[in-house]
Amino acid sequence: MYSFNYNRVKSVAEAAAALVKGEDVKLLAGGQSLIATMKLRLSKPSDLIDLGTISELRGIKVEGSTVTIGAMTRHAEVAASQEVKKAIPALASLAGSIADRQIRNMGTMGGSVAHNDPSADYPAGLLGLGATIQTNKRKIAADDFFKGMFETALENGEIITAVSFPVPKRAAYIKFKNPASRYAIVGVFVAETASGMRVAVTGASPGVFRVPEMEKALAAKFAPESVANIKVSDKGLNSDIHAKADYRAHLVTVMAKRAVEAALRG
Amino acid sequence: MTVKVSMTVNGKAVSAEVEERTLLVNYIRENLRLTGTHVGCDTAQCGACTVHLNGRAIKSCNIVAMQAEGADILTIEGVAKSDGTLNTMQEAFREHHALQCGFCTPGMVLSAMDLVKNFPDPSEREIREQLDGNLCRCTGYHNIVKAIKAAAATMRG
Repeated sequence: MYSFNYNRVKSVAEAAAALVKGEDVKLLAGGQSLIATMKLRLSKPSDLIDLGTISELRGIKVEGSTVTIGAMTRHAEVAASQEVKKAIPALASLAGSIADRQIRNMGTMGGSVAHNDPSADYPAGLLGLGATIQTNKRKIAADDFFKGMFETALENGEIITAVSFPVPKRAAYIKFKNPASRYAIVGVFVAETASGMRVAVTGASPGVFRVPEMEKALAAKFAPESVANIKVSDKGLNSDIHAKADYRAHLVTVMAKRAVEAALRG
Repeated sequence: MTVKVSMTVNGKAVSAEVEERTLLVNYIRENLRLTGTHVGCDTAQCGACTVHLNGRAIKSCNIVAMQAEGADILTIEGVAKSDGTLNTMQEAFREHHALQCGFCTPGMVLSAMDLVKNFPDPSEREIREQLDGNLCRCTGYHNIVKAIKAAAATMRG
């Protein structure tokens, strides 16, 4: 790992001020992707600002039909939360499927969302549920937030503070995971929400995306057979030693079908 | 540049000047000389470096020591009683011969303790799923699963 300056802050405002000071200042959330990347010398920040001590960034709140999760809430906390399990069981189970037990005990929602790894699970959950990302500056709809591989709508000096999720009528997330890394080779989040049907896919392409054709079919009839014959094009999909583009395209349909089945089971 | 890091390890307050980039596992092994915490893959996959941070199992090769500032850390050296009596999980590993070469064992034991805390009565399937952050390259999983199941039963009383 290259050397860096370590900074501890007490508030979001302090973190935001420190973030715009240097050339390559990065926020440290749980660090489960960032530290790993730095160890491989793929990332060389000049400064790290540790958000771990900002208590205002942690916690889970359910108000009416909205679940709000603080950016520094760990995956294991979301997975084990009775409130999340009751309001959005698909989100709790998604969180419980991220990486492994030890990583879930460190990794945070805000870190995962800001990192936007093309195979990460949370981006599918946020896009699938039509979540809203709250930052120290504004609120951003998930539809406008994820911009492709490791890219988001976050601007310089902007910090995710929380994510709020509207409680769906029903939802489920199913992934075909890489057995070694547990990252999604393809993961599909299906949700019937107050504002319509949503199908979000992670792992398949450089960035999480929705499948309007499947959403339309599910709106007509919420059943596995509605999506069973809808194929996505393999053009531009990821292709690597784990799965070629055409196989990933195939998996989108299979995972979508299984997600609908799971959503119906409740 | 160096920074001062302080934490409690196995009940004892410890402190040192370290480089900012010092990983927790290196601090534990090299500064504190507690070499029971192993480095297997060094890429946060194998779980040999598992320790408890404020009661939660984490991979100490994947965080910097500063992230544990002020935290309560438990390593394998702090698991048995001071008179050498093994704890329930260690005793179950011994009883069921849940180790071959032993390299993964410290991480397995600490991970299993966290597992049983969250799943007091785990099924074999749950144990296998929840233990996916720990690799045994001797592939001795069968007896590890048996040991965890037995330890959970003992802890339930």
